[in-house]
Amino acid sequence: MKLNLPRLLLGLTCLLIAIWLVAPTLVIIPMSFAGKKSLVFPPQGFSLQWYENFFTNPQWFGSLIVSAKVAVMVAVVATVIGTMAAIGIERLKGRAGGVIRAILITPMIVPGVVLAVGIYAVYLDMRLVGTWTGYVLAHTLLAIPFVVIAVGANLAVFDQRLETAAASLGASRLTTFFTITLPLILPGILSGALFAFVTSFDEVIVSLFITSPELKTLPVQIFSSMTRDADPTVAAVGSLIFLATSLIIGLGLIFGMRGRRA
Amino acid sequence: MSSNPAPRASRGPLYLTLPALTVLVLVMAVPLGVIVLRSFMEPEPGLANYVWFFQTKVNITVLLRTFSIAFWVTVCCVLVAYPYAFAMSVAGPRLRLVLIMCVLVPFWVSGVVRTLAWVILLQDSGVINRILLSLGFEKVRLIRTQLGVTIGMTQVLLPFMIMPLYAVMRGIDLRLLQAARSLGAHPVKSFFQIYLPLSLPGVFAGATIVFILALGFYITPLLLGGPQSTMLSTLIQQQVLSLLNWGRGGAMGVVLLIATFGILAIASPFMRRKYQMSGGSR
Repeated sequence: MKLNLPRLLLGLTCLLIAIWLVAPTLVIIPMSFAGKKSLVFPPQGFSLQWYENFFTNPQWFGSLIVSAKVAVMVAVVATVIGTMAAIGIERLKGRAGGVIRAILITPMIVPGVVLAVGIYAVYLDMRLVGTWTGYVLAHTLLAIPFVVIAVGANLAVFDQRLETAAASLGASRLTTFFTITLPLILPGILSGALFAFVTSFDEVIVSLFITSPELKTLPVQIFSSMTRDADPTVAAVGSLIFLATSLIIGLGLIFGMRGRRA
Repeated sequence: MSSNPAPRASRGPLYLTLPALTVLVLVMAVPLGVIVLRSFMEPEPGLANYVWFFQTKVNITVLLRTFSIAFWVTVCCVLVAYPYAFAMSVAGPRLRLVLIMCVLVPFWVSGVVRTLAWVILLQDSGVINRILLSLGFEKVRLIRTQLGVTIGMTQVLLPFMIMPLYAVMRGIDLRLLQAARSLGAHPVKSFFQIYLPLSLPGVFAGATIVFILALGFYITPLLLGGPQSTMLSTLIQQQVLSLLNWGRGGAMGVVLLIATFGILAIASPFMRRKYQMSGGSR
């Protein structure tokens, strides 16, 4: 009996924390079906007009398309560059590898607004404000750390003797990479690509500085809508994003567990 | 193929990192360099912008407030994350999956959307105030206050505290606690003398990350806060975008950069202790 009380307390505390972590975000789901244009909880009435607005209003739907395109490009570029870097770091070993790794992770630590102001200054000179190149470059910088970490973690458990074995059997470096290394570090590369996509899709601070009325990403549109008025369309977008991400993580975790068991 | 394969083999890995480093130089090093340069050069060469920063009372108030908010957010994160991460480390596989999901879901849902949820909850006629009223308490002003900002930021930053803490706690051998108990130690004593010290590297790692990220927070304080809870990031944005004063904005940016990397430099030896402890033989 003496042991059960702390256990119960711990369980209760964790339940409260879990609710506190997840529940606030769930508030936006009922809000998205509100009948009137207000963000007061609980919502009054019921309608699908905010979802309709999101899919028919070019301001909203256009920004979703921009975000999706940028995020796909960032996922491709950052994954290729980041995977190359992670392989380079792993092969360098020792101090040089560690230093390069630390340098490549700094974009995660630099305060967002300072970075955004600097990028804005450079982009003004280079005429990159409000351009595809501008978004992809800035988001790639922010995504590289996630790819380097994800692929690096996978490489750390990768048995390099497999490469040596392939080479000793006469395989060229390229053949070895594509038939031995790549398939084995694919999980790391895929999760890196997913991280890169989400990083770009969610990025708001730098995007706020380098945005233009013609080329706007979804988080910028959400942010400006929130600061302008109480439009439940924001809640509709949020609910869709929440649903999509929960599905992806849920499936990822379930398949991840299956994979490990097999 | 190659006439001298040896140097090629040693330099190859370095070339592989070049594309990533190029992006880093172009989109991070050059922009930050421009900020530092402008803080010293605009409108005139000299330290005028820094003198202005440290002699203006508002700036010092905001600087201190930024540190104080980051401090309290870190304290809240440690207190909330510790029992949670502990439960994660002792739970069975299925319960652990649920607990991890609860951490990861908010982590992946965009920060702007989560802040929107907090705006809805914390507003004067929001859910929290209604619950307080129905329980017979007085209305509390939460939105546009430091308390509201702290609550919102703690929830947004909590995953950064839980994950490193969990990583360390998972490696702690629970049989050590059983051993202490079998030798007659009180559970409370064995926790403070054995478990807590072993988990400290995780606490330091998580607290450092949370504190650093909190110092540079922008979106949450902007949407949840008011004039009385402005943080340094908002001030920088105002100087540059509203007042077009790149010199002063730059100087504030440099102060924030130095604070961030200074704290990282001070804290990193404490985080590294983790490897010495688990390594043992060194």
